[in-house]
Amino acid sequence: MAYNSILFLCAFLPISLLCYQLLPKRYRWVGLLLFSYAFVLLFSGKLIVYLFITTLSVYGLALGIEKCKTQYQLARKTATDKKALKAAYVRKKRALLWIGIVLNIGILAFLKYYNFFGHNFNMVFEMFHLPDVFPQLNLLTPIGISFYSLQAVSYITDVYNDKIEADENLGRVALFLSFFPIVMEGPICRYGQIAADVYAGRPLRYRNLESGFIRLVWGLFKKIVIADRLNVLVAEIFDNHQEYGGLIIILGAIAYTYQLYMEFSGCIDMTIGIGEMFGVKIPENFRQPFFSRSASEFWRRWHITLGAFFRDYIFYPISLTKFVKNVGKKSRKRFKNHIGQVIPSAFALFGVWICNGLWHGTGWTYISYGMYYFVIILLENILEPYSIQLTNKLKINRESAWFRGLQIAKTLVIIFFGELIFRAPRMLAALSMIRSIFTDFSLSVLTDGTLLDLKFTVYDYAVCLVGLVIVLAVGIVHEKGISIRSTLNQKPYILRYCVYMLLLVGLVVFGAYSGSYTPVDPIYAGF
Amino acid sequence: MEELIEILEDIKPGVDYATEDKLIDNAILDSFSILSLVSELEDAFDIEVTPVNLVPENFNSAKALWAMVQRLQEEG
Repeated sequence: MAYNSILFLCAFLPISLLCYQLLPKRYRWVGLLLFSYAFVLLFSGKLIVYLFITTLSVYGLALGIEKCKTQYQLARKTATDKKALKAAYVRKKRALLWIGIVLNIGILAFLKYYNFFGHNFNMVFEMFHLPDVFPQLNLLTPIGISFYSLQAVSYITDVYNDKIEADENLGRVALFLSFFPIVMEGPICRYGQIAADVYAGRPLRYRNLESGFIRLVWGLFKKIVIADRLNVLVAEIFDNHQEYGGLIIILGAIAYTYQLYMEFSGCIDMTIGIGEMFGVKIPENFRQPFFSRSASEFWRRWHITLGAFFRDYIFYPISLTKFVKNVGKKSRKRFKNHIGQVIPSAFALFGVWICNGLWHGTGWTYISYGMYYFVIILLENILEPYSIQLTNKLKINRESAWFRGLQIAKTLVIIFFGELIFRAPRMLAALSMIRSIFTDFSLSVLTDGTLLDLKFTVYDYAVCLVGLVIVLAVGIVHEKGISIRSTLNQKPYILRYCVYMLLLVGLVVFGAYSGSYTPVDPIYAGF
Repeated sequence: MEELIEILEDIKPGVDYATEDKLIDNAILDSFSILSLVSELEDAFDIEVTPVNLVPENFNSAKALWAMVQRLQEEG
């Protein structure tokens, strides 16, 4: 029952909205929690037990940290050796934090990576004629574990860092971790961003319902009209990549990049729209990523909440370890320039990108994807001052339209290569596809009918192109800081409903429901 | 405060730190220079900057930075 399924849109969502509204205000959060658990149960069955473990563990441990804090503050008033008291307090709360992190990331890591790493270690043992040590297990992962585990870690870490207070209400923590619009594909929300809203039980408002509905329909348009249709082309090229030359491989990489964007950002649009219907403001996860002028900027605009999580909970903590600080001091003394600043951060960046790769999935393609961005972003940072010097010398205005266009084009090439590695069935296949781009490139495929031999008709190309142009146009408007929904909300009813009807008819006629292809399971739900 | 300005000028020269109040918002300080700055501040003022202190409000101006330094010194 994905967000784009008929069952969810025509039954689960309307019933949950109706029940929510009918319940007395103080019990509405209970209704939301029950619907959220029902949603998880429908996907994960008994695996919901992992969600219970996560919820109970972070709830209890956060309260433990809070208790330490209270005891410390009381003892501080009378203590003579305040430094020793503080050290003991920090040790105690740090131990509780680490139990929470190790338990929750441990469950995630075991379920997702045991078989992958076990298999690879066994292969190494086989090379030395040793028996297998890690038997392959039939491990099933519950829906959304990669998302709610990170939310759980952010919650307990924020309590540890005094950013928020531990919540004494188990129901609110449970709802924060399981709220059904976000549990499948994120975004990764912080406790301070949504916990109060989901618990508030505000009554449904017509404005919110209308505005949320239009965001939901917009997300559906991106998902079932563009992404699911592109999936046919992408699957054909990536599954049979040996049969195609460089130009078709490039087409596959570009098509997959836009499929992934339409898919994931479309699901996030649906999530934000559903949240809005309940009066919950869910954070944005995308901000026109294809207008980025560098890979670093791309990652500040794409899957924003994951990037922010890695920045706050991996990049900064690693950067502030004694080891990295010492490396920083030595390298700044040794190099006395920008390089001296970049070297210590490389350690933290490495941590971020290995985690980013692993978070997306098990397989060397994902690890390579992470390492690919590690190298690119590190190089970007090392070369940036030299690039500025060069453009200054050549008297090039870095803000001119043509230079910005050049930077955007360069970033798009980086993104397409990255997604090729990401989508390739295996690492060897990715390398073979990259090789064919450089060694088997021929323009003849544009005219010899190959393009129409990819299970993709002229009609499919036309629908996708028109869809992409519409999304691009909306992106340009958003980039200028104009909100289309706010503008639309000020128009007369008749005009608004004409637009809504047009979108709905578009969904039915051009979407995956029309029967020419089938809806695809949400890609990010699998991560 | 003077020592702080000196550290800032050493890390990122050519900025008017007396008046600039959007060091982060205007991307004058990137994450690499922030981390170098943190390391220098810790040494110069005997403080410990934790990840929770790494928020734009604390780094947007020399004044905000100085307020953070003083607060962390008091907390000991």
